[in-house]
Amino acid sequence: MTEIDFLNWVRGPGFQIATIIFVAGVLIRIFEIILLGRKANLAEAKGSEMSSGLRTIVTRSVPQADSFKRSTFTIVTGYIFHIGLFVTIFLYAPHILLIKDIVGISWPALPTPVVDAFAVISIISLLAILIHRFSNKVLHYLTNFEDLLVWFVTIAPLVTGYIAFHRIGFTAPTLLGIHILSVEILMIVFPFTKLMHAFTLFMARWYNGAISGYRGVES
Amino acid sequence: MTNKFDDKNKTLGDTLRSRGISRRSFLKFCAATASMMALPPAMIPKVAHALENAKRPSVIWLSFQECTGCTESLTRSHSATIENLIFDSISLDYHHTLQAASGHAAEAAREAAMEENHGNYILVVDGSIPMDNPGYSTIAGISNYDMLMDTAKGAAAIIAVGTCATYGGIPHAKPNPTGAVSVGDLIKDKPIINVPGCPPIPVVITGVVTHFLTFGTIPELDHIGRPKVFYGQSIHDRCYRRPFYDKGLFAETFDDEGAQKGWCLFKLGCKGPTTYNACATTKWNNGTSFPIEAGHPCIGCSEPDFWDGGGFYKALSMPTENITQTALYTAAGAAAVGVAAGALNRAKKNAATKAHPNTTIEDLEK
Ligand code: SF4
Repeated sequence: MTEIDFLNWVRGPGFQIATIIFVAGVLIRIFEIILLGRKANLAEAKGSEMSSGLRTIVTRSVPQADSFKRSTFTIVTGYIFHIGLFVTIFLYAPHILLIKDIVGISWPALPTPVVDAFAVISIISLLAILIHRFSNKVLHYLTNFEDLLVWFVTIAPLVTGYIAFHRIGFTAPTLLGIHILSVEILMIVFPFTKLMHAFTLFMARWYNGAISGYRGVES
Repeated sequence: MTNKFDDKNKTLGDTLRSRGISRRSFLKFCAATASMMALPPAMIPKVAHALENAKRPSVIWLSFQECTGCTESLTRSHSATIENLIFDSISLDYHHTLQAASGHAAEAAREAAMEENHGNYILVVDGSIPMDNPGYSTIAGISNYDMLMDTAKGAAAIIAVGTCATYGGIPHAKPNPTGAVSVGDLIKDKPIINVPGCPPIPVVITGVVTHFLTFGTIPELDHIGRPKVFYGQSIHDRCYRRPFYDKGLFAETFDDEGAQKGWCLFKLGCKGPTTYNACATTKWNNGTSFPIEAGHPCIGCSEPDFWDGGGFYKALSMPTENITQTALYTAAGAAAVGVAAGALNRAKKNAATKAHPNTTIEDLEK
């Protein structure tokens, strides 16, 4: 297998396999959660479920003052790498081309050096998060294999993408191939790990808000 | 035909002189060759000396499943190029397209050259070799495979010219109906220099021959057999549009403002980032330009399997398969499975509720 064969494979059949596992895994899990349903609430509704649910999706994204004080590091680094991931995935021109090819829609990209900077910042914050995880006794105690796996598959595309863009070390087709492969691994691991939070997060927040809304209390 | 034996004993210098090539243009040629091969200027006299005294080497050129574009590339280049100089100075003893003889006479010439120069001739091959059925491509009733194996035996070195001979090329493209393979797939016991390209740059072909004549060795090769001096850097590494790529300024179509301003052609499918060749530096048509300079993205023609990269106009970051369809079919299937799993879970939940015994007041009073 030449390196171009490898690149063609990850751009073709490899990406197809990853897409099938990703889409199937995510959809089956979401359907399962939604269809499980809840017992009918026999109490009289004291407010709207929908508006409270939607509001909570937004309000819970803003850290509260006391929890921010307690876990400043986690919240700040968490925000930084999530924003960095968003920028590198969705605002980098070649990635937008990929999305356009699959979904058919596109939007303007950020200049490449800006995306590059975001990638570096994300990598640094993810490294800091790992160090923090091991230096904090409680976090260390709570850490299991899945946490490390999820950390690894998240940072891998960032690092391989950075290396592929700057063409460090190996020849270009190999670097690009490894980058695409690392994304495919992320897609495959995604539905079976806590990475699913990217989808379930909004469902959970909505539900929390909806319960409070029904009872007529603030969420 | 000129007297072969006289010719053979002449050195390359003699030949060039007899053709009226001045010392000055010969040295110019040597300087150009040295710089092309990335040799320091101090090496120019050595190149000149070696070339002047080189005996005209016998070259046998075999053409298999090919389009003759490689030969065209070499012979149609501008008349006064150094590549013509060098090709006037070898003894091209067998070449279908260029030789006057045909049929058995041609084969006899090949056999005579092989015998006379056994162990010393250079074998050049263009085109791939069909392995499914030898009848797909034969010359004078001899299958490509037999002819290659037979001729390779006595060769000092083999130069595979063009992407078909080096990596299978167009005949090897999916679904590869003839079972085409490259020279390197078949010959393992001889040094093979791969000079890929569809077609390869003429000066690269001659540069390799010159290297062999000058040093008597094959140039340093990369991991897929290409001379590093010519294939050491990618098109993207040397592309003059690279600053636009780095800034993220891309032409979106062939005639938009970006295209007019000479922005990067990545979005139009440029394979420059993954293609290793000398086009951006040596250029084509006597150094006039190269495809990207003419406004067309690089199609990656000197890389293995360049036809199977999902299309010339598909950007490198796009998948080569129809992922939209894959995702839609998967989503439909997954929705069905999800609903079925949901129904199963519900049934389980209901059964559990039913199985759960209700506690009555009487039970508690017991
Ligand atoms: S035109 Fe092609 S080779 Fe040149 S910078 Fe853009 S992507 Fe790279």
